[in-house]
Amino acid sequence: MNARTHDLRRSQPQLPPRQPVVRLKDFVRRFGDTTVISGLDLEIEPGEFVALLGRSGSGKTTLLRTLAGLDPAPGQDVVVPDSRAVVFQDARLLPWKKVWRNVALGLRQGDVRRRAEDALREVGLGHRLEAWPLTLSGGEAQRVALARALVREPSLLLLDEPFAALDALTRLRMHELVLSLWTRHRPAVMMVTHDVDEAIALADRIVLLDQGRIVTKERIEAPRGERGHVARGLRDRLLRALGGQLSDGPSPAEVIALHAGGLA
Amino acid sequence: MTPNRRLIARLTSARWLSPLVLLAAWEAGSRLGLIPERTLAAPSKVVATLWGMAISGELAANLWVSFLRIALGLAIGVTIGVVLALVAGLSRQGEVAVDPLMQIKRTIPTLALTPLFIVWFGIGETPKVALIAFASIFPVYLNLYSGIRGVDLRLLEGARSFGLSRAELVFHVILPGALPSLLVGLRYSLSVAILVLVVAEQINASAGLGYLINNARDFMRTDIIVVCLMIYAGLGLAADALVRAVEGRALAWRPSIVTQ
Repeated sequence: MNARTHDLRRSQPQLPPRQPVVRLKDFVRRFGDTTVISGLDLEIEPGEFVALLGRSGSGKTTLLRTLAGLDPAPGQDVVVPDSRAVVFQDARLLPWKKVWRNVALGLRQGDVRRRAEDALREVGLGHRLEAWPLTLSGGEAQRVALARALVREPSLLLLDEPFAALDALTRLRMHELVLSLWTRHRPAVMMVTHDVDEAIALADRIVLLDQGRIVTKERIEAPRGERGHVARGLRDRLLRALGGQLSDGPSPAEVIALHAGGLA
Repeated sequence: MTPNRRLIARLTSARWLSPLVLLAAWEAGSRLGLIPERTLAAPSKVVATLWGMAISGELAANLWVSFLRIALGLAIGVTIGVVLALVAGLSRQGEVAVDPLMQIKRTIPTLALTPLFIVWFGIGETPKVALIAFASIFPVYLNLYSGIRGVDLRLLEGARSFGLSRAELVFHVILPGALPSLLVGLRYSLSVAILVLVVAEQINASAGLGYLINNARDFMRTDIIVVCLMIYAGLGLAADALVRAVEGRALAWRPSIVTQ
């Protein structure tokens, strides 16, 4: 690791006060007669890692699409940075472009090939540059998607349940990877997930969405890897707010134990 | 199993055997006088005629004429089909303007237009090329149009989230995504073009495969007719092999081809 690397155990880097990268004020989104999101306020600081929890239909995907600029919100008080990138649950790689060209998609400046190569090395796929996307495993495809997002050096990284389709072990490895990339590049992250333990393990702040409203906000001060003692109470509160929905992921103790050893 | 039985078992499971038996029976029938030559020439006679026509250059010259007709007709027809499909596929107004006309065109059997084309274009090369062009528009149009409309919206959205412009989306996502459909359309267009060629060439032609067949009919040369039929079949096979070769290169990313 080089000198740019922040110490992960310090959950908030010491930054001068800055404008939030994301600001939504009294945000409303309707489709026809259905109100999906109503009166939502949200701010995300530069470099902050926010997890957005919610059941299916709670409006979390709609919110993410708004922040991604895929769902324009005319006449509303919405501030999002121009430099943003999305990683979707399905990697959405173009099957007819080789892996490095997928990463380079839409890049216009500089040595595009070298930038794509560097990004792929960073996610551990330096050996699959010339592979066709359909020959990748699910975890590899998701790492390519991460490289494609980070090569743009976004100030806002949006993750739409990016690990939901992966097996448990691959998912834990991806958590490690996302944290180390986040530490190195420091984008603000908003990760949509329905996995409470994933949110507890990764985020600085957890926002719980239900029926288009924020019903719970939790800030986690404990450093990542030392969250064992806060995890149980937090998990219970979040699950209760979610309506007793049970997580099918590994137990919090396992997730947190794994993260405690990692990132060395 | 005895070697004899094994041989019989192999023969009864061989797919090449029945065509060979048919060919042998045909040859025997001709030699014994059961099949008169004016009905159907013997296979050996057909091969000899083919060889003679190949040596004299008669075959190559006429094949070239037919090839030019089909190449020119296809080039025009496929170009028009691709342009119309792009117009209808990429814009809502284009769809409203173009698609109804194409659906009307589809209901008219191309060959039924032959008399009209003769009135318009005379009996030279023009009506032949025009018929082939007209017939080959639709398969390309229909397949490319539905291919464009069928492009995976999630891929399109993914690419859009990285700030690609409309033109870049068309170039990087929509057209490559529609390419497999275009190639299917191209394959249909090729076989339709050969079909139309057969009929169009018999309009008062003075060269080409159709001319050879017409001439042979007048002189009851069934051997030449059979040679021409073989050439038509060969053209169909060659056209298919051509599209397959293009597919193999252009769709190398497909897993079925990747894993081979």
